[in-house]
Amino acid sequence: MSVDREDIEKLGELARIDISDENAKSSVKSINDVLALVEQLQAADTANIEPLANPLEARQRLRPDEVSETNRREEFQAIAPATEEGLYLVPKVIE
Amino acid sequence: MTWETVIGLEVHTQLATKTKIFSGASTAFGAEPNTQACAIDLAMPGTLPVLNAEAVRMAVMFGVAIDAEIGLISAFERKNYFYPDLPKGYQTTQLEKPIVLEGKVDIQLDDGRTKTVRIHHAHLEEDAGKSLHEDFHGMSGIDLNRAGTPLIEIVSEPDMSSPEEAVAFAKKLHALVVSIGICDGEMAQGSMRFDVNVSVRKKGEALGTRTETKNLNSFRFMERAIEQEVERQIDLLEDGGSVVQETRLYDGDTHTARSMRSKEEANDYRYFPCPDLLPVEIDQAYVDAVRASLPELPEARRARFVESYGLSAYDAGVLSDEPATATYFEAVAGQCGDAKLAANWVMGELAARLNSEDQLIQHCPVSAEQLAALIARIVDKTISNKMAREVFSAMWAGEGEPDTIIEARGLKQVSDSGAIEGMVDEVIANSSKQVENYRQADESKRPKMLGYFVGQIMKASKGQANPQQVNEVLLQKLNALL
Repeated sequence: MSVDREDIEKLGELARIDISDENAKSSVKSINDVLALVEQLQAADTANIEPLANPLEARQRLRPDEVSETNRREEFQAIAPATEEGLYLVPKVIE
Repeated sequence: MTWETVIGLEVHTQLATKTKIFSGASTAFGAEPNTQACAIDLAMPGTLPVLNAEAVRMAVMFGVAIDAEIGLISAFERKNYFYPDLPKGYQTTQLEKPIVLEGKVDIQLDDGRTKTVRIHHAHLEEDAGKSLHEDFHGMSGIDLNRAGTPLIEIVSEPDMSSPEEAVAFAKKLHALVVSIGICDGEMAQGSMRFDVNVSVRKKGEALGTRTETKNLNSFRFMERAIEQEVERQIDLLEDGGSVVQETRLYDGDTHTARSMRSKEEANDYRYFPCPDLLPVEIDQAYVDAVRASLPELPEARRARFVESYGLSAYDAGVLSDEPATATYFEAVAGQCGDAKLAANWVMGELAARLNSEDQLIQHCPVSAEQLAALIARIVDKTISNKMAREVFSAMWAGEGEPDTIIEARGLKQVSDSGAIEGMVDEVIANSSKQVENYRQADESKRPKMLGYFVGQIMKASKGQANPQQVNEVLLQKLNALL
């Protein structure tokens, strides 16, 4: 499997990243290099092996359902670019 | 040409936990914007999610309630997309290993049939925040209080074939999740939201192209949205066109739907396993304990209502689906001692009033105790059904207890047979022409002619004569003249 210029542009778009011409070119190469490594890995027969989520076979710990957070809106909004009436303001979203 | 409709539903159900699925921020509805959005909900760098045990328990509770297999090991994925109300740039959800696997829900249709709708799976995920599109100097406002609220998304198989079936299924799910206490069921607050997948095909043919109408938050909207979409697709196909696979958005204000995005520009979500969350493992003992804690399900309640109150299956169904309605009915029936009359009032006058004023039974201005006291006055013949409706209106308007209203309005029904006989005699004496007509009339026509006399007698009694007694006495006296 390999990617071409068009794939990179599409990925850039999905990730909302502006990719320059030069960057796109080098990205095609470096991502294809990684994919070549993945291809090598895929040669290993894993048909009867369960995917491993964690090397220690650890499981998710659960938290009791108790409110532990307080209202810190002021602190959070102090670093936001724009707020009004308690809302975060963002460039207009049009669907 | 006959077309077949195929409908599948995805139901987003907010779980009634106290806190978010991955953070300790409150989920209480109606707080000031962003006062319940903590660093984790805001996706501040360095924060990590910790799964809420209660969200897991509620999801399992749903699973055992629909007889589903439970995913003893379930895992979270990231669904990547950009939208300002999703601060992380991805929604944490489940894809490959959901917590609830295949199950089923039986729905009862108006014609008495029962149909089984299969559940494909249900998975845990987080809700997004809210975007407010009113104009803030050309910008949008974002409230992230809802971000991270736990949801289960319930995905049905495309087993429904009409808007009625889809609504019956949706109502059934609503009754179920409210009954088992995992969702508050407040549709107007968005606690349950439906996405409907609709396609049409000619009988016997392969499935047609489907569209998805998103975010319907009322049963009425859902029914209308499906009806419109079916019509739109059939029109398209009959005109030789084709249906485009797309996402549509229904506007409850204008009752119209429009295309949101087509498949070509569809999101590519690039799902991958969430590296911040380990697989969730539960054991069979846990599942068994949750199953043992299940409260009475609507299905069992319906059977009990038929059995212990002697209600018809239909009435029992209407009264047992919603826990709040069931509780109200049982309180009324228990106190007034006439379950059938209680059922008629709760499903009739009360339901009509709640419906016309768009009110939930939880907020009903007439308490179960008051309604029971009113029905008791019908049972002991103090007032007629008609008078009771007047008293009910007065109670609804806050005029107080039924006995006080009956007294204040002088609504006591006359059941004294002497007084009624007197009124009947008087009306017969004053209506010689009508009496003559009655005598001459064909026997089959006579029952219809009674109306005139009854009307006169009720008028004479100012509406207070016991109508049943009036009928009996009148018939007896008229027939004596034949």
